[in-house]
Amino acid sequence: MSSEAQALLRLSGVRKHFGGLVVLNDVGFSVAPGEIVGLVGPNGSGKTTAINVISGLFRADAGLVSFAGQDINRLPMFRRAQLGINRSFQVPKVFRDMTVRENIEVAAHCGSKRNTDVDAILDDLDLAALAEKPAGSLTVNQQKLLDLGRALATGPKLLLVDEIGAGLNPAELNGIAALLQNLAARGIALIVVEHLLDFLNRITARVIVLGAGRMLFEGSLDAASRDPEVVAAFFGS
Amino acid sequence: MPDDSLLHKLRPGALVLALLAAGFLLLPHMYGNQSLLFTLMTFIVLTQGLNLLYGFTGYLPFGYVGFFGCGAYATSLLVLHAHLPVLACVAGGGLAAVLMALVLGPLLRLSGAYFSIASLAASQILYFVVSNTNLADITGGPYGLKIERVFAPDASYLAMLAVLLLTSGLAAYFRSSRFGMELRAMKQDPTSAAMAGIDVVRERLIVWLVSALVAGLAGGVYAWNLSVFYPDAVFTLQISVFAIVFALFGGVGTVIGPIVGAAVLYTLYSAIGISSPQYFQLIYGALIVLLVLFLPGGILSLFTRRGIRVF
Ligand SMILES: Nc1ncnc2c1ncn2[C@@H]1O[C@H](COP(=O)(O)OP(=O)(O)OP(=O)(O)O)[C@@H](O)[C@H]1O
Ligand SMILES: [Mg+2]
Repeated sequence: MSSEAQALLRLSGVRKHFGGLVVLNDVGFSVAPGEIVGLVGPNGSGKTTAINVISGLFRADAGLVSFAGQDINRLPMFRRAQLGINRSFQVPKVFRDMTVRENIEVAAHCGSKRNTDVDAILDDLDLAALAEKPAGSLTVNQQKLLDLGRALATGPKLLLVDEIGAGLNPAELNGIAALLQNLAARGIALIVVEHLLDFLNRITARVIVLGAGRMLFEGSLDAASRDPEVVAAFFGS
Repeated sequence: MPDDSLLHKLRPGALVLALLAAGFLLLPHMYGNQSLLFTLMTFIVLTQGLNLLYGFTGYLPFGYVGFFGCGAYATSLLVLHAHLPVLACVAGGGLAAVLMALVLGPLLRLSGAYFSIASLAASQILYFVVSNTNLADITGGPYGLKIERVFAPDASYLAMLAVLLLTSGLAAYFRSSRFGMELRAMKQDPTSAAMAGIDVVRERLIVWLVSALVAGLAGGVYAWNLSVFYPDAVFTLQISVFAIVFALFGGVGTVIGPIVGAAVLYTLYSAIGISSPQYFQLIYGALIVLLVLFLPGGILSLFTRRGIRVF
């Protein structure tokens, strides 16, 4: 079966540069509903930029970004959110002066879905006890979870998760792994950016390796770790 | 249950409107100087209108007075040339300010001080155009306009009260509605707000137009009340400065902060500022310094700091 036919998200020939710095260079891959794809690469290799291009914070300079068969490269962020693309942030971006609950409520009315269960999301993320606290008073890790909760409240079909595992202890990592797998089981497509390879290995069947903006590898993480180009990118040649 | 919570949401706003209406209907009978009360209402409207934009979106328009002047001139020109009922002319003044805000909409792409200064420049340009001698045939140039034909202090007093209630009602709506919650979210993080599905650009533009509308209406009623005015009277930068200081003094982002701020400081100004402006400027300057140092959230933050929720 071809993954192209059933792809929810498809990138091809995507290029993004800032001034003279080419950050994404001919990036192309696709993601199917219910699939978890890992996105790895050394610092500065363009992982977050890829997420920004998919979620609409930036527009690709060239190439195709399509979602559910529609070219979305010119759509503003809020339209992409309404279509079902959402994300968390590597550096959390919560509404600091609003309560945890309000942070999720704001997003719960996105698009046509008006029956999002805010309490269920708070429970899933273990934030229920903090619901009435101002979001700015949470720890960085809790704020990242809250960003994820806000994304979930929009009822996403594709979720982009940027380094949510950094700084978590093993028990918390287990919780996140279970949560992400649960989301995939509901049919949500996920792209997970993570430096913790053990964690990724547990939840993904397929990873994409970026190095200096180029796609170096696509396949299982095991195979990636034996790929000479990937090894060189990570450890220097 | 939903009705109950709706009532609960509407109550503080309704209370503020009722108090304002009762106050400004009764005060002329207890305190004779109706024209001072009229000017006070004008400043509360402008302070609240500025708060709608600054308090809820974080965009501080130094040139806010431009909309006021625009409304004053458009209303007067309609009175002179259109032969419409005066209230329709005032509505036209509000509309003219909205149109001007629409033209200036791209300014919202700027942020922070750049936006503030660009809006200031826009209001100054409008002022120079309107007061230009070459346009004296249309705008009266430096000599201003006269519409004494429609002079009606009592009716215009009531009209300003209506604009005041409208403006405060809008602030109450911003404070307690879902739209207001979205504004708060955008103000704190526009990127996250967009990812929450909010059309940030559109909502910001709506608030900009609404705040221009109330300033334009206020300008129209003000011109009607004065009935003879020079361009300086409706375009002076002092009007913007007052609105900004009053709003900051009371506390932006709330409904009653700007009302309290304008009422306290304008009363102070009319008590000592008009007779001995040098003392007033001293007090004013000291107040601003003290505010910035100790109460950046305005006097209402004395309550919010103690956990008392201010509407
Ligand atoms: N807005 C921007 N303007 C200019 N350069 C940028 C911008 N965003 C990213 N870059 C540059 O693009 C390159 C890729 O950055 P990106 O954040 O995508 O990397 P990353 O793979 O997410 O790295 P990390 O693992 O450190 O998060 C870096 O060199 C970065 O400095
Ligand atoms: Mg990154």
